[in-house]
Amino acid sequence: MTAVAGAGSRAARPRDPFLPRPFVVRRHRQDTRDTWTLVLEPVDGVPMPFAAGQFTMMQAFGAGEAPISISGDPARPAVLEHTIRNVGAVTRALVHAAPGAELGIRGPFGTGWEVSSGRGGDVVFVAGGIGLAPLRPAVLEVCADRASYGRVLLLYGARTPEDILFGDDLRRWAADHAVDVQVTVDNGQHAWQGRVGLVTQLVERGGFDAVNTLALVCGPEVMMRYAAMALRARGVPPARLRLSMERNMKCGVGLCGHCQLREYFLCVDGPVLTYDVLEPLMARAEL
Amino acid sequence: MQTIAEYLPQHPFFAGLPEPLVALVAGCAVNVHFHPGQHLFHEGEPADTFYVIRHGRVSLEVHAPAGSPVVVDSAHADDVVGWSWLVPPYRWLFDARATEETSAIAFDGACLRDKCDTDPAVGYAMLQRVVQVMSTRLHSARIRLLDVYGAPV
Repeated sequence: MTAVAGAGSRAARPRDPFLPRPFVVRRHRQDTRDTWTLVLEPVDGVPMPFAAGQFTMMQAFGAGEAPISISGDPARPAVLEHTIRNVGAVTRALVHAAPGAELGIRGPFGTGWEVSSGRGGDVVFVAGGIGLAPLRPAVLEVCADRASYGRVLLLYGARTPEDILFGDDLRRWAADHAVDVQVTVDNGQHAWQGRVGLVTQLVERGGFDAVNTLALVCGPEVMMRYAAMALRARGVPPARLRLSMERNMKCGVGLCGHCQLREYFLCVDGPVLTYDVLEPLMARAEL
Repeated sequence: MQTIAEYLPQHPFFAGLPEPLVALVAGCAVNVHFHPGQHLFHEGEPADTFYVIRHGRVSLEVHAPAGSPVVVDSAHADDVVGWSWLVPPYRWLFDARATEETSAIAFDGACLRDKCDTDPAVGYAMLQRVVQVMSTRLHSARIRLLDVYGAPV
């Protein structure tokens, strides 16, 4: 039988979005006391291209599925990196998946940061806690094309010095790619010589050309709300201010409604949305 | 190097303060320098100084029982440190320690209070600015109480 190109052809049929692809854990690194990064490769050897800011549904077989942002390099789609905080039964099973273990991956899903739209201007990344993980692909994209951007600031707030993610990356981005990395923590012990305070204070002080800045914010929703307010107060236009909204994704394709934010299904309309869309929604209770 | 009277109008804390008032408060000020690890002040001591940070970093610390001090805030270039000089009983509530080479302008608290008492325009201008700093620090402390970066529950 001769396969007909197009309809009916197995090659042309879109992959079933509910069918996880098997990936094998190649490397497994503990980043902080409760956060691990897994480096995975597809069992079938077919890369999974993704855009910075997208997420997948990761399945620990027998334990369940959780939405996890991709923290790896979009220029290297043959390997998939996920940085996961151990907060429940599914994530506990995921972070304990040892090298050689198989996991199921659906995706990639959602909108990306669209970093390239910031070319020619400044870029400000504002990250809180594990929110640095979904921003990492965007930072890598900017670093790979550093000459196309003006000032690049990475403003990062963490709970304690021990909770700071990607310390080696932060140092490398600053040293090799002229990224102005500023870190602040909520609680510092005597030995901590860095900043203590709210990440929004870094926004207020940051030197960037606000009108020509692309600002990408990711972290807990409360932190994003105040960071967005600080960026707006500095003069960043709402259409150039993007937040990654992390609600309770389940299906990933806009059917189940678990991630609904009024008229938006964040798994398909988000997680990255511009602030002109989000501003009227973020301060409203029970949304 | 700029004189104190030349420098103060550039500092955000004094932004918008009329020149004669800047000159008046500058009369209470001297330049100071701290090496890393050196204390600006200690909790409980008389709060007789008000610092405007020019360069460097200062951590505000609280002694925790049976443990090393906890850093509750930090101040940097363009920040100010200390409002206890304005609030009775004029005692420091925290330790302040330089964590980098730090240059600052130190105001004599008693001198400043005297000028605030003598000239209500000076007093009101200083109070407006100190209240702004207090408001920002209170807001920051409240948000940080939410422990937003901690593991979600």
